[in-house]
Amino acid sequence: MADDPVSVSVALLGSGGAGVLTTGQLLLEALCRAGWNGLLTRSVGPQIRGGEAAALLRLSAQPVECHSGGFDLLLAIDWHNADRFGSEIALHPDALVIGDPSGGAAPAAMVPSSARRGDLRCAELCKLHPEWRANMIALGAAARLLAIPDEVLERVIDDRFGHKGEAAMAANLAARRAGAEAVAGFALARSPPPAQANHGKRWLITGNEAVGLGALRGGVRFAAAYPITPASEILEWLAPKLAQVGGSLVQAEDELASVNMIIGASYGGTPSLTATSGPGLSLMVESIGLATAAEVPIVVVDVMRGGPSTGIPTKSEQADLNIAVYGLHGDAPHLVIAPQTIPDCLLSTQWAAFLAEALQTPVIVLSDQFLGQAQGAIARPADIAFVGRRLRAEPAGGAYRRYALTGTGVSPMAIPGTAGGQYTADGLTHTERGVPTSSAHDHAAQLDKRRDKLEQYDYGQLWATLEGEGDTAVLTWGSLTGVAREALTLAANRGVRARLIAPRLLAPARPAAMRAALAGVRRVVVVEQSHGAQFHKYLRAHYDLPADTRVLQRPGPLTIRPTEICDALLAERAA
Amino acid sequence: MNATITPACKPGDYKSDVKPIWCPGCGDYHVLLAFTRALAELGRPAQEIVLVSGIGCSSRIPAYMSCYGFHGIHGRSLAVAAGVKIARPDLTVVVASGDGDGYSIGGNHFIHACRRNVDITYIVMDNRIYGMTKGQPSPTTEPDFDTALAPGGTGLRPFNPLVIALASGANYVARAFAGNPQQAGALIADAIRHPGFSFVEVLSPCVTYRPDQKAWKERVHPPPVEATDDPARAARRLMTDDGFNIGVLYRGNRAPYGPRAAAVVHDLAQFESEFEF
Repeated sequence: MADDPVSVSVALLGSGGAGVLTTGQLLLEALCRAGWNGLLTRSVGPQIRGGEAAALLRLSAQPVECHSGGFDLLLAIDWHNADRFGSEIALHPDALVIGDPSGGAAPAAMVPSSARRGDLRCAELCKLHPEWRANMIALGAAARLLAIPDEVLERVIDDRFGHKGEAAMAANLAARRAGAEAVAGFALARSPPPAQANHGKRWLITGNEAVGLGALRGGVRFAAAYPITPASEILEWLAPKLAQVGGSLVQAEDELASVNMIIGASYGGTPSLTATSGPGLSLMVESIGLATAAEVPIVVVDVMRGGPSTGIPTKSEQADLNIAVYGLHGDAPHLVIAPQTIPDCLLSTQWAAFLAEALQTPVIVLSDQFLGQAQGAIARPADIAFVGRRLRAEPAGGAYRRYALTGTGVSPMAIPGTAGGQYTADGLTHTERGVPTSSAHDHAAQLDKRRDKLEQYDYGQLWATLEGEGDTAVLTWGSLTGVAREALTLAANRGVRARLIAPRLLAPARPAAMRAALAGVRRVVVVEQSHGAQFHKYLRAHYDLPADTRVLQRPGPLTIRPTEICDALLAERAA
Repeated sequence: MNATITPACKPGDYKSDVKPIWCPGCGDYHVLLAFTRALAELGRPAQEIVLVSGIGCSSRIPAYMSCYGFHGIHGRSLAVAAGVKIARPDLTVVVASGDGDGYSIGGNHFIHACRRNVDITYIVMDNRIYGMTKGQPSPTTEPDFDTALAPGGTGLRPFNPLVIALASGANYVARAFAGNPQQAGALIADAIRHPGFSFVEVLSPCVTYRPDQKAWKERVHPPPVEATDDPARAARRLMTDDGFNIGVLYRGNRAPYGPRAAAVVHDLAQFESEFEF
């Protein structure tokens, strides 16, 4: 029997502003430079300063796409509001818990009675050495426990803070050493796996950054932005880059404006994108319907967070599936694409930009807070050929028919400036020429056209991730794909084989492809992060599932763990 | 701008063959005429002009013209137009709207479009009523005007779009009257020529729901003084204006929203180094 993936998981805790997230980033960078792979996610309260913050880090020899069943080390700069994390941070029974006794007590519910405890007197040390920062002490302690070589860590600190001058650097390094010395008597119950030397070219990148790069690779040259957690980093990453490639980003007055600005820019011929989260998507849906009707390519990225309403802005959920697929009034076919991993944020966004242009349609990209704000080491994604190319019209005499009925449903689009191509793009039901009409015949013809162009297109292998074999399948989507992938490994190590079916293309549904993917499957476990089982209902609406279909589902922000899916698969087999 | 000037353009060159849905006698016919006169005066080929609109009687106008048109959703025309112009600064972008579309559902965009000062021209056909939905009060309707939706009147003070435009940073503020298409056309042409965000309020009577507006032709008059470039003086004039001064009321000199920079990065791989470690 093969081994389960060997990894070590660390939770760093502290008040917002204490530098926990920076500590996590430095630790991640150091362990990646030292030859491991890692994934860093964040869980924070709503406050900008003074709230609670956790950096959740997993170290492994293999690429990491999710968190494991529990944490091996909980290291707290202070325990302020730590109880608010509750079961989000589950510790192994043999976990090591290190904290500052002067910063409150570890919440009893969080710490198993069998856990070992140690002290890290950050506050006291910082009082003795006012130039030290508590998070540098914590960084030194965590790095020592993970056996990250001192010189690698110090180089990472120097890269980040070297510009602050020698005195600041000396203080950081002294604080780092003090942290390391404070935990000298401790070791983790599980040792980190051996580091590996040759990984090839790797990147440290967040899902939101990957979305931005995917957009640029896909040809996007205009973006409109309205700030929203947890999507703003996409727009902030793009702002200077778009200017450098001859494009532009505009900050809009609201999401109603941002989506209409990208519709205008795209109508003018420039591939365009905006990024938002659930509340912003709610404001945009009317305009996305306009882009469907007027056949204007746009990409709208929704980095999902807890909902409804303002919900939990800082934490992940998969509950915008309904609005993304069904939120538009009228019969308004459009594409919905969900990335599954950090590198897939790049691929899926690039694919979305490509498809938007090729099919003259709006595309909603459904990422989530987990993916968007997760930072991980990935192999450099290959350059792929998806660069948006719009079928353009060069009318030569005669009345140009912008919405001509063609075999593919895609009609050549005239770009302003093109002589003889003048037409009015319209949200009103229109004729082939684009002239408003209320005739039943024209209405049906254009509805058919817009449906058929999306239905008839060959989306190829990218429509879904299909892995494994057996008569049991895990059906999931988005950021839970990585969790399910690891669950399949755990199950296989226990003698249970299963398939992974994770559609990347959620709309339009692909019944024939799903039928083929499900051929021979007798049992299905649907896994999703929504309270209302939105994905399960979506699957039921579009696909035939076997009678033995179970649902493993709960709302965010409690992530579903690989062990839970594995347990469900083992239970299926036992039944 | 690499405008292609085609001499001897006629107003008729800018009309399409689509028949308007407007009621007979609607002021918007005259605004359409004023538009075509303005474009003929400017002489840019129709394919280099984009006319964007929202929803309402006035917003039907793009289909009736021969330039590129965009007839979007209610209230969002200024955002669409900003996207067109920022991504395609080579085009002439004009927005047509009404008092419901522009001042009510689109009010926030109006403020921020003035502030952003993109080089576009905003023509609002104001008839102080929602015509397309059959006679509800708009932000510019008089407080005692009786309607089915607000029996006895709204009791609300009308919105003053010109003052809002000035306070929000519009670079050009004028008022035109549909009943004088020649003058309205000249004002629209002047507004298009003026850099930055130019706003022209056009009094355009609704003969169906506001037959009282037929009397507007007796009330309009030229402004008592020349246009100023001093916002403080313009503000005082607009605050005391009777609503029927026809002409240019403010001509600012604020620099328009910045042009797009030329590309300095030609290979996206240059951005990848920040991720390498």
